[in-house]
Amino acid sequence: MLKYIIKRVILAILTIWLVATLTFFLMHAVPGGPFVAEKSISPQAIEALNKKFGMDKSLPEQYMTYMFGSRNEETGKIEGGVIRGDFSLSLKQRGFTVSRIITTKFPVSAKVGGLAILLALVVGIPLGSIAALNRGKWADNVILVFTTCGIAFPSFVVCTVTMYLFSMKLGILPSGGLDLGTSYILPVFSLAFYPMAYITRLMRSSMLDVVGQDYMRTAKAKGLSQSVCLFKHALRNAILPVVTYLGPMIAGTLSGSFIVEKIFRIPGLGGQFVSSITNRDYTVIMGTTIFYAALVIVMILLVDILYKLIDPRIELK
Amino acid sequence: MKRILACLLAVMMLASLLAACSPAAKNDGKTLTVQLGPNPETLDPALNSAVDGGNMLLFAYDCLLNIDEKNNVVAGAAEKWETSADGLTWTFTLRDGLKWSDGSALTAEDFVYSWKRVVDPKTAAPYGETVLGMVKGYADAANGNLDALDVKAADAKTLVVTLDHPCAYFDKLAAFATLSPVQKATIEANGDEWATKPETYICNGPFYIEKWVPSSYILFTKNPNYRDAGRVKLDHIKCLLIEDSNAAYAAFTSGEAQMIKDVPTAEIKGFLENKNPEFFIDTILGTYYISLNDQKEPFTNPKVRQALSLAIDRNYVAGTLMDGTYIAAPNFMGPGIADWDGSNFYDNANGGKPYIDVDDHAGNVAKAKALLAEAGYPNGEGLPTITYSTNDAGYHKVVAQYLQQAWKELGINLDVKVVEWASFTPLRRAGDYEISRNGWVMDYNDPSNMLELFISTNGNNDGKFNNAQYDELMAKAAAETDPKTRFGYMHQAEDILMAEAGCIPVAYYTDFYLQSAKITGSWHSPYGYWYFMYADIAD
Repeated sequence: MLKYIIKRVILAILTIWLVATLTFFLMHAVPGGPFVAEKSISPQAIEALNKKFGMDKSLPEQYMTYMFGSRNEETGKIEGGVIRGDFSLSLKQRGFTVSRIITTKFPVSAKVGGLAILLALVVGIPLGSIAALNRGKWADNVILVFTTCGIAFPSFVVCTVTMYLFSMKLGILPSGGLDLGTSYILPVFSLAFYPMAYITRLMRSSMLDVVGQDYMRTAKAKGLSQSVCLFKHALRNAILPVVTYLGPMIAGTLSGSFIVEKIFRIPGLGGQFVSSITNRDYTVIMGTTIFYAALVIVMILLVDILYKLIDPRIELK
Repeated sequence: MKRILACLLAVMMLASLLAACSPAAKNDGKTLTVQLGPNPETLDPALNSAVDGGNMLLFAYDCLLNIDEKNNVVAGAAEKWETSADGLTWTFTLRDGLKWSDGSALTAEDFVYSWKRVVDPKTAAPYGETVLGMVKGYADAANGNLDALDVKAADAKTLVVTLDHPCAYFDKLAAFATLSPVQKATIEANGDEWATKPETYICNGPFYIEKWVPSSYILFTKNPNYRDAGRVKLDHIKCLLIEDSNAAYAAFTSGEAQMIKDVPTAEIKGFLENKNPEFFIDTILGTYYISLNDQKEPFTNPKVRQALSLAIDRNYVAGTLMDGTYIAAPNFMGPGIADWDGSNFYDNANGGKPYIDVDDHAGNVAKAKALLAEAGYPNGEGLPTITYSTNDAGYHKVVAQYLQQAWKELGINLDVKVVEWASFTPLRRAGDYEISRNGWVMDYNDPSNMLELFISTNGNNDGKFNNAQYDELMAKAAAETDPKTRFGYMHQAEDILMAEAGCIPVAYYTDFYLQSAKITGSWHSPYGYWYFMYADIAD
């Protein structure tokens, strides 16, 4: 197991390096730059900015500096370089370090995303099980309609409809921001709706599969109660596909959704990521990309380990 | 194992719930909540170049001079100011007892430091040349020799600025947010980071920043050390940092915000039909225009440019396509720009007659066809397919589609190329286009701020308009101290620009916004700023 983890960590570092390098050269290949504006600033000012942030150097030089550190020349920053976890300064939000942007915005996205994951799991797993155990009956049909809606409706529709209904028409929930406890309800629901429906479906099909297995029949024949059969034998096996889905889902949800964050005015990292691309804020693009890549890799690794814990038959190689 | 997992899950749920229910930031007293734009890129006066950032700087800073509700230059941190007879020496006398928001004394030396900082190449301030380019020693200072900049503190209360050449509107620049005073000690201790944290954000205006949650809100609180604190009635101004106009609208309708700047365009028709008393359209000093690449055939021919300009039905574009949120533009310089005697530059242009008769579209089209024939392209024959470049925001795409239709009448085929914003500006700047959307909102109320865009050497001359006579007139205007003669030159310059169709003015910008009737004592300036500093709010 330990050997497996070490191997995965080395692979992870290589992957992150590859992602960082590709992103670095791709983003510079796109036309535009961080210092463009509708009103052009004087060539002198552009020159001064380029010099300050080292953008007058060749691309490979910039890459080496970004990766391995140095510069400063009166806080054009960089210093330690990515290799030492220093993401330097934002080029657009002057005065903010990229690390500060990530550490203030990620917790916001993670809090909303974490609640959404909980909601998706707490509702999705039982709902899927209920649908499977009542296959073909009215409860199954109702749940089927619900999950179809959840998968078919894009998140911006869910956001707009719930906001229109609960904050503009009924006036019982805030329309945005995260100032109040109740502010979390709409964005969390909007964010959870799709994974909730997806988990329900996954759970339903795998539960149906498990319930029909021989060992379940044996358990029932031995006279075990319905609840013991269900919780001890069926659920544990049926949940595996959900766990597989969990890794990418957690990474995706924690990192924040651009659309949900924009509509509900959540100061999260998802919105920041997208705006950094449209603004060509190179250092923020790099910082958030590396951070996301690491998050996804860690989540997938954790899920693989969780797999082993849930089903001891699985071997990690 | 299961038990551990269950416990872990329970703890996580509890923690998340507790976190979610943490109390909101409380703001006691009279609070006005407004939306003026998304998260500002910077609130450092020297680094800001955006309108929304500039608006917030107005809350936090008091420049030497201010602009009042009638758009006049009035005393600010300086109680009086004088200009020498040759227009080169400007002397500002500061008020007694000026203080920073931290209570320490503010002197003329602070202005000297702040202005030199704007010029310092290490600051890399985008507006440095615009606001201080005319000061003696600017070129040297911009290369790093800051002492060369002729801005001096004669004593603690007197600031003397010597210009290289006369600048009739230097008083307006002294009221420009870029030239706000900033505190040397704070900046030296904190670097660029000073303007990102409320605790180091020392200012001298009516409000200071109490809290800034990036991308969420900025809470401004009344500054007790402000020179005119008695005039400030609000305890707080809370700026919601919303990017999406629908989200802003939701905040307004739910009562959370009392004023929003970004109104969804889909709602405008409804507001106008229902005569919504909270919906306002105010003109601002700016023009939506089309740049033609004057270095590419067939746009090298002024007759072709004229024809393209005349074929546009400006009333239809502004009134119908843009839902009446723009005003049809017969001239390049729009209404509201002051002439030498305080009258309207617009009214006096072209001998008091608009350059283009926007009410006679049929006549204009006939003229356009004749011009095109004279240029050697009767019915558009012989003209290649032309490409129109624009970014996708606001009404840009709708206008592009309209132009396809309008120029088709002249027999011209138009391709529309929609370019992503960050790539669009460099493309236009590099001259890598044929025809392109363009626009300019004035920084200060002087015609030169817009007319200089067409000087052959200007960095913003996207169409590469090159006319020796035009350049000469603008140079004369820059050197002239007599206001009447100076403005005369600028009128002549606009005559040339319009006769040559150096650009195609389409419409004048407006700000359209929602503001609750409960807000009193605020005003909206034609620069696109909202003055809420002295506002009050009814219960």
